[in-house]
Amino acid sequence: MLVMRGIVKQFPGVRALDGVDLDVRAGEVHCLLGQNGAGKSTLIKVLAGVHQPDEGTIEFNGEQVRPSSPNDAIRLGFATIYQELDLVDGLSVAENIFLGHEHAKLGFVNMSAANRAARQVLERLGHGEIRPSTEVGRLPAAAKQVVSMARALSHDARLIIMDEPSAALAHDEVDNLFRIIRELTAQGVAVVYISHRLEEIREIGDRVTVLKDGRTVAVGLPARETATSHVVSLMTGRNVEYVFPPRAANPPGEEVLKVEGLTSPGAFADVSFSVRAGEIVGLAGLVGSGRSEILEAVYGARPASGRVELAGKQVRHSVVGNVRRGMGLAPEERKAQALLLDQSITANITLGSLPSFAKLGWMNRARERAEAHRLVKALDIRPPDPERPIKNLSGGNQQKAVLARWLLGSRKLLLLDEPTRGVDVGARAELYAVIRDLADRGIGVLLVSSEVPEVLGLADRVLVLREGTVIHQADAGELDEHRVLDMIMDGRAA
Amino acid sequence: MSEPKIPPAAVPETGGSAPPGAATRNPLSALGEARHLGLLVALGLLIIVGLVTRPENFATTSNLVSILSLAATIGVITVGATFVIIGGGIDLSVGALMALASVWATTLATQEYGPFVMVICALLVGTGAGLVNGLLIAYGRLVPFIATLAMLVAARGLAQRMSDRKTQLIQSGNTALVDLSTTRVLGIPLLVYIFALVVVLGWILLNRTTFGRRTYAVGGNPEAARLAGIDVRRHTMLLYALSGLTCGIAAVLIMARTTTGSSTHGDLYELDAIAAVIIGGTLLTGGRGTIIGSILGLLIFTLITNLFILNGLNTSDQLIAKGLIIVVAVLLQRRNLKERAP
Repeated sequence: MLVMRGIVKQFPGVRALDGVDLDVRAGEVHCLLGQNGAGKSTLIKVLAGVHQPDEGTIEFNGEQVRPSSPNDAIRLGFATIYQELDLVDGLSVAENIFLGHEHAKLGFVNMSAANRAARQVLERLGHGEIRPSTEVGRLPAAAKQVVSMARALSHDARLIIMDEPSAALAHDEVDNLFRIIRELTAQGVAVVYISHRLEEIREIGDRVTVLKDGRTVAVGLPARETATSHVVSLMTGRNVEYVFPPRAANPPGEEVLKVEGLTSPGAFADVSFSVRAGEIVGLAGLVGSGRSEILEAVYGARPASGRVELAGKQVRHSVVGNVRRGMGLAPEERKAQALLLDQSITANITLGSLPSFAKLGWMNRARERAEAHRLVKALDIRPPDPERPIKNLSGGNQQKAVLARWLLGSRKLLLLDEPTRGVDVGARAELYAVIRDLADRGIGVLLVSSEVPEVLGLADRVLVLREGTVIHQADAGELDEHRVLDMIMDGRAA
Repeated sequence: MSEPKIPPAAVPETGGSAPPGAATRNPLSALGEARHLGLLVALGLLIIVGLVTRPENFATTSNLVSILSLAATIGVITVGATFVIIGGGIDLSVGALMALASVWATTLATQEYGPFVMVICALLVGTGAGLVNGLLIAYGRLVPFIATLAMLVAARGLAQRMSDRKTQLIQSGNTALVDLSTTRVLGIPLLVYIFALVVVLGWILLNRTTFGRRTYAVGGNPEAARLAGIDVRRHTMLLYALSGLTCGIAAVLIMARTTTGSSTHGDLYELDAIAAVIIGGTLLTGGRGTIIGSILGLLIFTLITNLFILNGLNTSDQLIAKGLIIVVAVLLQRRNLKERAP
């Protein structure tokens, strides 16, 4: 159905695609694998009409095509669901679904017709509960994903490209996503599926194409039969899946964080726990279980009642004060909440500790550069040029820069919200090592992740959350994935 | 697989020499940066036009001095406006604040205390009114456009009230203030040196201090700045106070140049200042921009005015030309941005 041959895309200074072949059949789920920076995003953008290839051919249903704009791609029947959802928050669900092809006569939108049609599409996706008139900005991430999908369906797309559709979803929502995908493929729609979760690919995928450094290294491998180690070695030249660093040999030190009766109405209630120096505490739970909200409340970024103590002293709800006293947060939405995309790697790293580089406000830039350079090297941030704008980095490297920010100054407590979201397997292992090393140096770490194996593998102690309450606390060693999943999904404590 | 390999000492006190090849930026090389090149070319073209059309008048000392004196007042305001706009805001009240400061400093009551107090008065009035803007925007959560629009109207009204809509002359005892425009060093009036000083201080503040870094951060991604522990509200407030301060300085300059304080001073200065900032390549959405760009933008604007006057052309045509230049400048920058984007 879709045949791409020898696609080359050159950017100033980078050859993002260097001869990529892709071959997608009607009715299949074709998985695209590759490390961050392997060229997956660029390839998608070529299909979506955002970028035009410098060389190579694209054939769709036997005809040469060349999507010259996003509109053009949509007309061809290509729909793209991006990793960072591209919805307009201020518009309603129906308005978003039909954005660009409204139900309109002479410029007047027929809202009731649009709402009806939107309801139909949403029901087809098994999400009739999402009201077409709701403002999208008020929806949780999973529902936004469904709206994106509905938009693709409303275009009668014949090829749907999904860039990490499961990244923002919890377990049961992923199942629902797979159900939708299977329905689509049964109707002859082809799906190009990008994910870093190998187990997902084995579950939903038919065939796999692997990219490395802008080139295709394997085409059309059978998704279920190919051994994981083989896929990973193709991607990386290394044989790893999840490699967790060994836990600390020393027992954890003094309590750095003590939370008592923390309550934020509508998000979580009466949460109490503590984190000790050198300890990694993981919060496991579904999206909407209050994980991220607890982090925000501890950080002072969300109003909450209850008591939060940092190193024995009660803290007020003030981010500025908490950062000064030694907290740091790596937020869930990297681009929206953590990065200054236009600025250099250096400026992004030092953002959280500017005063420590200054005397009376005057920046010591030589020292700043030296520190940034040292951290870029130490965390192996690529490309290793601290003056480069951070927007040119891959997700994993951007995340390393966010961690590097909190390596400066004397931190007592780090709050990590989905630190490996959208990060490939190889870079993940590096991030895990960095996080463990932070803890080994006496920092308390509070970790939130949607991936249970990640929480179990990395954390020393785990709090299981369900609907805003802590239903279980245990050492990570005493838990296994199935038990935790049972608890967070069915609410059966231990 | 990579080992855990965080460096032994993450303590910032352990400095170290700059890594080899690290980019060093100084004011001169910043001027030569590609993004300013277009502005320099435009400026050069305008100078050539001046030399060709009015060879006998353009390159004279008196003309150049008058260009610089004219540029000085708005120029000082432009420096403040650059900070506000990079910080993601907008200040429409600058012209009105300058007028209010000039009126307040030239009331008979203030003038009794002599020129020094008059200067302090102008600076305090500008900063104070800017602080009110900042408080309304940062803590009152008003949209900058609305808060400063309200300030524009109210400050003009207050200036008219204080002056009874009359032009207030600087009295004979206080002519030391006027000396700023009449005393020349190396043939150039003192007020031009003040302008230059403000530009240099502004450049340093933006490029060499934590205040400047925070300005870019707050304008570029306020949420990220907040979560990184920057007091975004306080910084926003300070930006408007800084803008007010530059209006106070501009009031001193215009009092020196015109020997008056008046509620009509600085009419539509806000538009000229914003236009200069935009032509200079600062994004209205914040997070990106330079002082040098703004000043080049301002010089282009001032030079156009001068050329139209020298050639005896209609002021209406001059406005049309300025409008076109804003559009062309922004279009060209947009193209540059696209080329640089990955």
